[in-house]
Amino acid sequence: MKNQSIKNNIDWITIVLFISLVIMGWLNIYSASLPNEETSIFDISQIYGKQILFIILTIPLIFVVLTLDAKTYEKYAFVFYVIGLVSLLGLFIFGKTIKGQTNWYSIGGFTLQPSEFVKTSTSLLLAKYLSDVQVNLKNFKDQIKAFIVMGVPLVLILLHDTGTAMIFVALIFVLFREGLPSWYLWTGFSAIVLFFMALLLEPEYVVIAAIAIILAQFILSRRINRNPIASAVIFVIIVGFTYSVDFVYDNVLEPHQKDRINVLFGKDVNMKAEGYNLNQSMIAIGSGGWFGKGFLEGTQTKGGFVPEQHTDYIFTTVGEEWGFIGAIVVISLFVILLLRIIYLAENQKTKFSRVYGYCVATFLFAHFAVNISMLIRLFPTIGVPLPFFSYGGSSLFAFSILLFIFIKMDANKVNEW
Amino acid sequence: MRKIFLPSLIIVSAIVIVARLFYLQIIDDSFIKKSDNNAIKIRYEYPERGYMYDRNGVLLVANQPSYDVMVIPKDVKDIDTLSFCKLLKIPKEEFIKKLEKAKVYSPRLPSVFLPQLNKKEYAGFQEKIRKFEGFYIQKRSLRDYQVNAAGNVFGYIAQVNDAIIAKNPYYKSGDLIGRQGVEEVYEEFLRGRKGVKYIQKDRFNRDIGSYKEGIYDTVAVQGEDVKLTLDIELQKYGESLMINKRGGIVALEPKTGEILALISAPTYDPALLVGRDRSKNYTKLDQDTLGKPLYDRGLLAEYPPGSPFKIMTGLIGLQEEVIDVNSSFVCRHGFSYGRGAFMKCHDNGTNNLHTGMAHSCNTYFASVFKLTIEKYPKPAYGVDAWSNHLKSFGLGNFMGYDMPAGRKGHIPDSRYYKRWYPNGGWRSSTIISNSIGQGEVSTTPIQLANMMATVANEGYYYTPHIIKKIEGHTIDKKYTTKHVTTVEKQHFKPIIEGLFGVYNEGTGRSLRVEGIDICGKTGTAENFTKINGVRTQLTDHSIFVAFAPKDNPKIAIAVFVENGYWGARWAGPMASLMIEKYLKGTITRTDLEKRMLEGSLEAEYAKVTSGEPFTINK
Repeated sequence: MKNQSIKNNIDWITIVLFISLVIMGWLNIYSASLPNEETSIFDISQIYGKQILFIILTIPLIFVVLTLDAKTYEKYAFVFYVIGLVSLLGLFIFGKTIKGQTNWYSIGGFTLQPSEFVKTSTSLLLAKYLSDVQVNLKNFKDQIKAFIVMGVPLVLILLHDTGTAMIFVALIFVLFREGLPSWYLWTGFSAIVLFFMALLLEPEYVVIAAIAIILAQFILSRRINRNPIASAVIFVIIVGFTYSVDFVYDNVLEPHQKDRINVLFGKDVNMKAEGYNLNQSMIAIGSGGWFGKGFLEGTQTKGGFVPEQHTDYIFTTVGEEWGFIGAIVVISLFVILLLRIIYLAENQKTKFSRVYGYCVATFLFAHFAVNISMLIRLFPTIGVPLPFFSYGGSSLFAFSILLFIFIKMDANKVNEW
Repeated sequence: MRKIFLPSLIIVSAIVIVARLFYLQIIDDSFIKKSDNNAIKIRYEYPERGYMYDRNGVLLVANQPSYDVMVIPKDVKDIDTLSFCKLLKIPKEEFIKKLEKAKVYSPRLPSVFLPQLNKKEYAGFQEKIRKFEGFYIQKRSLRDYQVNAAGNVFGYIAQVNDAIIAKNPYYKSGDLIGRQGVEEVYEEFLRGRKGVKYIQKDRFNRDIGSYKEGIYDTVAVQGEDVKLTLDIELQKYGESLMINKRGGIVALEPKTGEILALISAPTYDPALLVGRDRSKNYTKLDQDTLGKPLYDRGLLAEYPPGSPFKIMTGLIGLQEEVIDVNSSFVCRHGFSYGRGAFMKCHDNGTNNLHTGMAHSCNTYFASVFKLTIEKYPKPAYGVDAWSNHLKSFGLGNFMGYDMPAGRKGHIPDSRYYKRWYPNGGWRSSTIISNSIGQGEVSTTPIQLANMMATVANEGYYYTPHIIKKIEGHTIDKKYTTKHVTTVEKQHFKPIIEGLFGVYNEGTGRSLRVEGIDICGKTGTAENFTKINGVRTQLTDHSIFVAFAPKDNPKIAIAVFVENGYWGARWAGPMASLMIEKYLKGTITRTDLEKRMLEGSLEAEYAKVTSGEPFTINK
């Protein structure tokens, strides 16, 4: 009876989008990792062969996720969360270091990246916490608690992998949807803008601009809203922040992080060293033109000029071989998927599944936007994969679980009341 | 608001990303080029350059293979320097120096590391080249000159410069291009078309196969051979006559305008501009600012034509009907053309056209010129009529011949004199020097030779040209189009008789050649230079123009010897020897020949730079 309803109530649109992205992803991985000699597509020693294995392994995984009772995820959310944290902590002892980052467990030749799965467990606990009727994000105490749920895994991941940790910051969108005061967003947004302005301009100019804006605001606002003390405080914060940016840049950021910021702004960049990846990535995408060079015909791709092309840089293959049109197709599929998830989330009967759906959409969006933006110099280089597209078992399994838990919840909503 | 925030953010982000992609992929096309540079290696196959032959089919310019060791500095990795140096027989310090130099030029682009290996060195190196990553062999073909002559006619080959690369997409850095002479003018025929192979490479710059199975590859097209109008024997003979003299000789075939010889002295061995010492030799030639061996005097030197210009004065006088064959003028060692103004003449007596020409009487031609100008109500009209006649002989402008160097010479017209004399007041007597080829007129040797060809043809000429034939192509129409002068045919006969008289009874008596009727005219041109800023007169230029035989002209010639004093002293004998050589093949007057071959004007030229006071015309 219940299984019956799953088949009928499952959102096939989402499933089709998911399958399309996985297949397109594989085709591009195939192109990006094709060696020059003849091989079988199932050759496990090849990257594309491994990805096929991962895709096949995903199928039972999805069945398990869909078969488990929808209530399980809510009930054991805290357990999953703790398991997630433990797996992150375990990295300190058992972790395997690949390219300077200790993000992986090594199991019989394959590696597993726990931070990928922590996105799901964090989403579950955040959904569970926010769905508590007593929680109100207008309250400072509840805000803090929500931030702790987000923040603990964030900090643990930050110790190994800045990129993925930054993705967790995006969960603030979920909190905003559930009632977090909007000034958090504005403050965060302003801080980012100010940060880059402070990096690009001399601090004096930023301070002058801040004075001008605050004065203008003070003069233009209605007399009753004028609050000299608040304005002064804001001014002091801006000035302090501006000057601290230089300090942070000089003393806190790692050299490679500084490089990435410099690369983004095109500041004296050596195209053979720190600028190499971005330069090659832009060349691959930029040389695609309207229709691309054709499947398996990308010269940049064939020549292996783009490093890590099958993982974080997989979208460069899309840009080069399928051109602007191909890129639009992929971007459209992502946008439709994201909007579909949000639409489904808004129509959930329980707050738990709504918040969870929002978390799924937010994570997928953050990955999608950051991943593509970093390839085309819209965003500093942050090593995050493109969901369903990039090569890697952990990422494919984790994103599939993340998505299909929501699909299960959505299919199950007929049973909610 | 809270519900639409995330969806809006998603859509806005997607739009920003798509806009950015649109810019990168569609608007900014620099990436396509960068990608090609990156991933596609272009390998050129250089065809052999076409040969050059003379008018009789004698091979003049061929090719020799040469193997350059090329280097791409950034690809040079952990090579066995010791065995590399041993193989090429260079010391290690030189290896380091050369590599450093290539790196300074460009770490990514190929530079010539060691030019021109011989076959044996090449074979030894080719075997081991796999071990030396970053090095490869580029086969080129270099010019192989079969004659030590006509360097100024052939031109030379050099690497293209940046200006050419920017203008003409065919040429890439390091390509060779013809410079000067035939090499430059017929570059597109001679060079052929290089073949292109596109090779896909990976990020380690290794070849991983042909790009798109070679659909864009092209095969090299062999350069085409050109046959020149030059008679190499005559050219060589002329060059030997001009040894230790400065000046130019131009010989044309009147019936066709073909250039038989184009001699500029001092000249140089064309082989100097080939091979490893090319740039050293070029600099040396280029820095000889007195002899100027790279300066083609036959085409570029503008001199006052002197007495040969009297031919034109006479022809125009006849055409304008201010004189006839029998008109005569009295000469008393000169011509008085105004109060206190007097043009000297070596002659004394009464001259008609024939004797005036034979004796080169200044008075006679000054009078003809004066009548010509004064025929018109205003001197301006007279000068313009005179000027137009001259221009119809190809004087006063670029002639359109197929050599890249040239000067217009100068034939004044009324506009010119109006600029000089803005308040008017100029008359025929003011400009009377033009009548005898001094004054404001100037010509280049090739213009004078063409003038003689026109006289020989009795009123027409073909634009002089050096190209005789390129297999499968017809030569440019402008070299087969007849140019007819404004002076009518019947006026040439008496002038030709006068020129024949020069040899028989006039200033060229001593230069007669047994069995050949030569028509010619001597000339002597005053000239000046600046020594330490002071205008100083130098010994006159020796000039001679001629054509022969009188009745069926086969050669027209202009000879110009700088500071050779009077016309019959150097230029005249040389012209007659050239004519004899061309028409008979052998020289009978061996004493004269010996005097010309061995004679030197170096002492004359040394006066200018000696810093000592000197006398002229001795």
